[in-house]
Amino acid sequence: MKLRRSMLFLPGANAAMLSTAFVYKPDSIMFDLEDAVSLREKDAARLLVFHALRLPVYRGIETVVRINPLNTPFGHADLEAVVRAGVDVVRLPKTDSAEDVEVLEREVERIERACGREVGSTRLMAAIESASGVINALSIAKASPRLIGIALAGFDYVMDMQTERGDGTELFYARCAVLHAARAAKIDAFDVVWSDLNDEAGFLKEVDLIKRLGFNGKSLINPRQIELLHNAFAPTEEEVDYARRVVAAAIEGERKGLGVVSLNGKMVDAPVIDHARRVLQRAEASGTRK
Amino acid sequence: MNDLNANRLSNEPALDRLPRFDGYAKQTPYLKDPVQKRARKVCETLEDAIRRSGLKDGMTISFHHAFREGDKTINTVVELLARMGYKDLTLASSSLLSCNAPLIEHIRNGVVTRIYTSGMRGKLAEAISNGLMQNPVNIHSHGGRVKLIQDGELKIDVAFLGVSTADCFGNANGISGRSRCGSLGYAMVDAQHAGTVILLAEEIVPFPNAPASISQDQVDWVVKVDQIGDPSKISVGAARITSNPRELLIARYAAEVMIHSGYFEQGFSLQTGSGAASTAATRFLEGHMRRKGITASFALGGITGGIVDLHKKGLISRIIDTQSFDADAAESLRTSPDHIEISTNEYANPGSKGAFVDQMDLVILSALEIDLDFNVNVITGSDGVMRGASGGHCDVAAAANLSIVVAPLIRSRIPTVVRRVTTVVTPGECIGVLVTDHGIAVNPNRPDVRERLTAAGLPVMTIEELQQRAESITGEPRPIEFLDKVVGIIRYRDGSVIDVVRQVKA
Amino acid sequence: MKIVKEALAGTLESSDLLVKVSPAAGDGLDVVISSEVMQQFGAQIEQVVRDTLNALGVTDGLVVVEDKGALDCAIRARVQTAVLRGAEVQTFNWSALS
Repeated sequence: MKLRRSMLFLPGANAAMLSTAFVYKPDSIMFDLEDAVSLREKDAARLLVFHALRLPVYRGIETVVRINPLNTPFGHADLEAVVRAGVDVVRLPKTDSAEDVEVLEREVERIERACGREVGSTRLMAAIESASGVINALSIAKASPRLIGIALAGFDYVMDMQTERGDGTELFYARCAVLHAARAAKIDAFDVVWSDLNDEAGFLKEVDLIKRLGFNGKSLINPRQIELLHNAFAPTEEEVDYARRVVAAAIEGERKGLGVVSLNGKMVDAPVIDHARRVLQRAEASGTRK
Repeated sequence: MNDLNANRLSNEPALDRLPRFDGYAKQTPYLKDPVQKRARKVCETLEDAIRRSGLKDGMTISFHHAFREGDKTINTVVELLARMGYKDLTLASSSLLSCNAPLIEHIRNGVVTRIYTSGMRGKLAEAISNGLMQNPVNIHSHGGRVKLIQDGELKIDVAFLGVSTADCFGNANGISGRSRCGSLGYAMVDAQHAGTVILLAEEIVPFPNAPASISQDQVDWVVKVDQIGDPSKISVGAARITSNPRELLIARYAAEVMIHSGYFEQGFSLQTGSGAASTAATRFLEGHMRRKGITASFALGGITGGIVDLHKKGLISRIIDTQSFDADAAESLRTSPDHIEISTNEYANPGSKGAFVDQMDLVILSALEIDLDFNVNVITGSDGVMRGASGGHCDVAAAANLSIVVAPLIRSRIPTVVRRVTTVVTPGECIGVLVTDHGIAVNPNRPDVRERLTAAGLPVMTIEELQQRAESITGEPRPIEFLDKVVGIIRYRDGSVIDVVRQVKA
Repeated sequence: MKIVKEALAGTLESSDLLVKVSPAAGDGLDVVISSEVMQQFGAQIEQVVRDTLNALGVTDGLVVVEDKGALDCAIRARVQTAVLRGAEVQTFNWSALS
């Protein structure tokens, strides 16, 4: 159960960022070769990311690369570079259908075989950025066993929907649809970026919303957002106490061979125990909420 | 004329060698002239003041550096002294900065042949590191400078002190007038100890000027000048909170270290200096202080707007200010009765009867390099060239209950944590904790602190681990090559020599 | 790989470098390096640049590097980008880039 609350975007063409970003300790680091890189610098960014991925300092952290779509002149070269460099997860932008994922998967497998990387070791995630993508979310989420999650990308989506970013109403259906698809496929779900760095209160409000909806986490555009997000996802001391007692009761129940145990008169079954374990994992990662 | 003496006291053996009364103005002839009586100290020009001061070749002149990069006094005075033909002077400025590059010419021409300073930067530092001077520069701490003066090694003949306002008698401060630098902590020492004190005042105000940071009984001459300095260049950009995520990360760790240090209790004291990370740490501290419901008794040292902000919010009771780092600090010194100006003698002199640093709990300090023994270099850069200042570093580190050094582990490709520092300014035994963006190291001489920080879940590593991590990222730096010639002598705060800087190999 | 036209890669921002490659005037490889960290890392930078050129099979040309304290991985990436641009190569052997 890999914790994925924070996925930090890094522009792939920025040498200084690539040399230091690991210090911020997000749950995943996402090097961007797509929108953050100008057309003239696509080749340069690809090579920078290729070499950055091979740095030992990135070994302890999950690496994700957002490649250019495979129907652009850059997508295939991006994929070739990052699979060979050992990236953990390839993020496909603008995923409209399961077929997009299947095409990607075939390409990844071909490269894995060509470079001698274990077949299946490159994981995938799909970003949903259109009305079609949202409608097809479930089939996309189930398109490959390599998928670790799907993400909603807000900017292109609201354009496609002929609206704009606002209080979240405009994303309401898409968030619910993507989240349900992910849960049905038993993979992770990631929410959109919050782009107004100086509006900390707005960011925290949105984090609170998507956390209550059930998202695993959020894409982030600045390291400053990591600590805020982790803290917002951190359980309270009471939650941790309760989770500890649930897990203890479960272990005790298992020892006694009981199928279902109760705690303070409430039934403690498998979903409750799973939830308690997730609470403890978040507490382990970032302590209790401040 | 009164003839008391001649008649009554001439043959009294009990009076032996005592001087006889010789008129009421024997020692104070100006009292006989109603204009002179009041205006006798005011000189028409700086040149007049210099002539009247009795300055001679080979003497020692002094300055304060409260205007930092905005200083307009040091260069102007030395330039004039050069034109007047002075040679072989010892320059004792409380510090020197990049703006003092014009001094190079006067060193080359033999006007200035010796220097005492807390630090130097820019072209001047580069030239001196490359062997410009015959005699090595003495680099002292802020407290150590006062000690050198008290011990007689540094004997200031004429002090040239820039002040924003003075009256005709020499009552002066840095908090009124146009060009306000705030605290005159450095100048106060020179005013007390110099043989002759010349005030360069940007504005002459009606007598009596108050408050009098420098008092009339210390001042010989007063001269009006066009501009003593540009206060907008005092702030080194740290006044606003940094948005650099790496500085903020270090700041957050530093604040966490402070709150879990064991000293974060009601009435604690702190010093944070002017670095971006330490200024940001102050901001993080605010939340922690509110949650815990505690306030600080005082903040010390170089003062920034961040400290002033906490003072205004009632979280820091008193500010003890030896140098104001920005306009907010200068303004607070002017307006808050609990913002107190002190001399560097009161601040940090180990020879004073009571230095504020001795009462310090937590201090945040910077470093260009720190080594496996926690020795800190704040003078020489990665190329061996001097580019920093000793400042109050070793003074506060020695006295505070816990000294916390903050620095990025790597600056571009240059590792901060190294096996051995190029130059020792502060001995490692005085440093408790090192906070970097990659992790936190605790001096083995502070197992108590290490235990508390580990228990708090902070990323505590050994300093060896940090050094190896840096080297694994940057590669192993090749040692800098030096020549034999000594260009700088690093004086510890007690006057002893702790290290030397040698000329860099070109 | 043969450099057929002048090409640039990189920036002069801190922790980056600017690489300029030009076709050879005569025979052989001319590497010129300036760096903010010359004293401690000049030799290592030159080694990385030459190894990278060697792996790409560049034997002739002028390569000028202006380094702002970049890590080796950035140096490799920028040199490779400049060479590939200067050689007008679109497809290449990834194993030569390792």
